[in-house]
Amino acid sequence: MSIKHAMLALLSERAGPMYGYQLRAEFERRTGATWPVNVGQVYTTLARLERDGLVADAGTDAEGHAVYALTDAGREEVGAWFTTPVPRTQPPRDELAIKLALAVTIPGVDVGTIIQRQRAATMTALQDYTRLKRADDPRPQVQRDDTGVLAFSLVLDSLVFAAEAEIRWLDHCEARLRRAALERREQGTAEAPDARQAGHDVRERAR
Amino acid sequence: MTGPAVLELHDVVRVHGEGETAVRALRGVSFTAHAGELVAVMGPSGSGKSTLLTLAGGLDTPTEGRVVVEGTDLDGLGVGGRARFRRTSIGYVFQDFNLIPALTAAENVSLPRELDGERTGVARRLAREVLDQVGIGDLADRFPDQMSGGQQQRVAIARAVVGERRLILADEPTGALDTETGEDILRLLRGRCDAGAAGVLVTHEARHAAWADRVVFLRDGVIVDESGTDHADSLLTESFP
Repeated sequence: MSIKHAMLALLSERAGPMYGYQLRAEFERRTGATWPVNVGQVYTTLARLERDGLVADAGTDAEGHAVYALTDAGREEVGAWFTTPVPRTQPPRDELAIKLALAVTIPGVDVGTIIQRQRAATMTALQDYTRLKRADDPRPQVQRDDTGVLAFSLVLDSLVFAAEAEIRWLDHCEARLRRAALERREQGTAEAPDARQAGHDVRERAR
Repeated sequence: MTGPAVLELHDVVRVHGEGETAVRALRGVSFTAHAGELVAVMGPSGSGKSTLLTLAGGLDTPTEGRVVVEGTDLDGLGVGGRARFRRTSIGYVFQDFNLIPALTAAENVSLPRELDGERTGVARRLAREVLDQVGIGDLADRFPDQMSGGQQQRVAIARAVVGERRLILADEPTGALDTETGEDILRLLRGRCDAGAAGVLVTHEARHAAWADRVVFLRDGVIVDESGTDHADSLLTESFP
């Protein structure tokens, strides 16, 4: 995701122009510290948006902050961003999937242990997200009125579902590897003893 | 720092059947749930997680090893003693609620107390208090079929915690509920543990297990990993000054 579109969307939300710190604060009110943005990035982005004619310098506010407003082209860009689905044609590089794809093909790598360690680590992250959810929502009916809180809790849910999906996928990998090892072992009983041994090793590791 | 141990499993083995066809459901499991702590047990079907809960609840006895609840070895109690002990010390929450359809919410909750000889009036008052605590005090006189799934599960949790019971065993308690209602139930279970109960939650869903302080992964009857942080001290100061 580009912070470009986030900044444009925030500028389209309010009647008045905003300055860099305000934009960052508004972004973080919705997303927490999940994707921290430093104020330097915000100003760099604003400069680029101004160059491209999507925002315009709107002078200074009462306290002397340089503020920016959306142009018509900027408004159109935000509209298009909201109505166009996020592209899924090229999945983002997934280090874990790549790691497992290599681990299962390179001899001597203990895939079972990789899966177990990752699962425990992902579960710990999932517990952390859940703790945040718990902390943030003691009186749901009151807090749900605050759109910023609702937005952040939806972001948390997204992290929760992604972590859950990863754990399910790891379980699935483990089950498939164990089945494959068992099948190899069954075939191996009539064949060379070292094949049998290899199957047994993977099975032991997968436990 | 955690509270005192409420549930302890020591090298528990459970074998179903004999000889060639024997199935080793648990193959030497040790684990402890402390007061103020929620522990999740995760595993695929056939991993032994339901067997573990059945043993912890005194509904079955181990082939080897010991199950100790609040310092009492369940095996030493005998069948009648275990049934009595279950009613006073262990609360069960099931996926399909297991409420008695002909009884109101308050009657469902007070039944175990009345079976133990408590006077009806006292048991009913206690039941209403607990139903209040789980947020459905106004539904005390409804029958199960007049309540939503989430409300029925709240009744089941009230039944599980009424009285002095400090061990709550939950078997996929959110399995029949939608995501948001399920979350409310986990929040409630979590709250009961924060208030001093020990909880064991069996689930195959990571999202639900994440409400626990510790997650134990079971595979083929053995614990393969554990994840989670130490229980926050702040949660204990109130319940165990």
